[in-house]
Amino acid sequence: MTTITSPRNGRKMSTRWLLYVPLLLATVFYLVPLYLMLSTGFKSFAEVDLQTMWRLPSGLHFDNFTAAFEQLAPALWNSIRLVIPAAFISSMLGSLNGFVLARWKFKGADFIFPFLLFGMFIPYQSILIPLVEFMRDINLYGGVPGLVLTHVIYGIPITTLTFRNYYATIPKELIESARIDGAGLLETYFHILLPLSIPSFVVVLIWQFTAAWNDFLFAVVLTSPGNWPITVALNNMAGSQIIEWNVQMAGAFLAAVPTLLVYIFLGRYFLRGLMAGALKG
Amino acid sequence: MRYNKDRVFAFALVAPSILAVFIFVYGFIAWSGRVSLSQWVGLLPNYEWAGFSNYAKLLQDPRFQIDIRNTVIFTVLFVGGSLLLGLGLAILLDQGLRGESFFRSLFLFPMAISFIVTGVVWRWLMNPAQGSRISGLNLLFDQMGLDFLINKWHTTPQWGIAAIAIPAIWQMSGYTMALYLGGLRAIPESLREASRVDGANEFQIYRYQILPLLRPITLSAMIILGHISLKVFDLIVAVAGKQVALDVPAIYMWTTTFDGNFYNRGAAIGMMLLFSVAILVIPYLWYTLRTEAEV
Repeated sequence: MTTITSPRNGRKMSTRWLLYVPLLLATVFYLVPLYLMLSTGFKSFAEVDLQTMWRLPSGLHFDNFTAAFEQLAPALWNSIRLVIPAAFISSMLGSLNGFVLARWKFKGADFIFPFLLFGMFIPYQSILIPLVEFMRDINLYGGVPGLVLTHVIYGIPITTLTFRNYYATIPKELIESARIDGAGLLETYFHILLPLSIPSFVVVLIWQFTAAWNDFLFAVVLTSPGNWPITVALNNMAGSQIIEWNVQMAGAFLAAVPTLLVYIFLGRYFLRGLMAGALKG
Repeated sequence: MRYNKDRVFAFALVAPSILAVFIFVYGFIAWSGRVSLSQWVGLLPNYEWAGFSNYAKLLQDPRFQIDIRNTVIFTVLFVGGSLLLGLGLAILLDQGLRGESFFRSLFLFPMAISFIVTGVVWRWLMNPAQGSRISGLNLLFDQMGLDFLINKWHTTPQWGIAAIAIPAIWQMSGYTMALYLGGLRAIPESLREASRVDGANEFQIYRYQILPLLRPITLSAMIILGHISLKVFDLIVAVAGKQVALDVPAIYMWTTTFDGNFYNRGAAIGMMLLFSVAILVIPYLWYTLRTEAEV
């Protein structure tokens, strides 16, 4: 290390290339699972063999992806039916809550933040039994709507706090002037705050989309086989003795595609959500 | 006048959400607590009082003892591994190298995918079969002449849980890197420059100046990773299914409640998980909220 001087003043550049050695090793570590998913996925059935699993495919074949898609299509559809309403309702609720909490000091507001914050951390095992009983009682057990409701409710703490922190940075004068112009509460919200908070909306939408798409615990406990979202169906496929490992690899990739696309195209917002909600696991 | 009316309306807007959290988080915790003190076994609820006997039995339950041991081993390796790798990568990326943003995005992408996907892929990477059925990383090691690395991964007797930490580190170390990188970027260059003028070398600057400044980030990362670790569930299920050797409290809770119908025991495990997370998280939240209030 002693020969490597600061990058920022740029002396003794000769040894800096050495820094790429550990970076490239790390790159291999992070890419190996992706490589295996893709190289296996694109092999033809004839080429698939555990003994040659590290070899590149001879060309782009879609046998594995087609087989996996046939298996997983209903579950992918269930996941879409789940994440779209869950993400939108959560964001809307979070935004309204955040707006109100950022603008008004209620009695007991000091109590509300830790109260919401702790709600983000609880292990869901501690509410799972009542949740199942409750869903049975209101006849939402087994289906997708019950799962949507669950994600919306347990998403309230994080969405509310994210929006609240954002709205707290908007100058009070902006809202005051709207009020002087005679705008009501909801008008102020829809005409001034909502347009200003589009970036926050993207952050929260992505966050809730990813959380609901990737969730396994709620899904496995609350849905019946026909309504399984992709995580449960994929796990079930991986545990089965009938479905070949190569089809499992292709299936895993299909399950990862939507959130990966979001990450690739909206990575900036994804990262912001990660850091804003830095607390949530 | 209008301000007062607005106030009432505003309160009416948030009240349902606050109420929902109150019921579905805190009310349900209380309900679980009640189930954990009951004799409920079987499909029909039975709230007959059992005192703390479910907890007492759990503490003597050999399976729960395996769970605790597994959780401790997993937590130490996963949290330690993610912190070290995350810090190392963050320091490397803080050197202003070309391609920095590419590496940063690459190390973070596992955060976008589910533990289930990760688990399904690593299940094949960590395939323990040997001899003619050898595959996955073992096969790769064999082909590269690194035979000494061939091992039984998660099927290693006693220590299988250690192998599960590898995919977990794969998934979360990029996030730890991002936290550290944010911290490194917040340290003004003038501080390092001053030490350089005083004759400190780069290693000394990191050891004595930068690492101490990163301590609050290490603490946050430990809490965040630690509570994920206590709750670890889907990753293990996807890699190995429900094996007792790799059991953890979250899996025990799931199988005993929904496969075995031991609701009383399942609730007691859920409550113990909650206590362990609370012990880790509450002091941290309290401290964070208090310092924020001061600022």
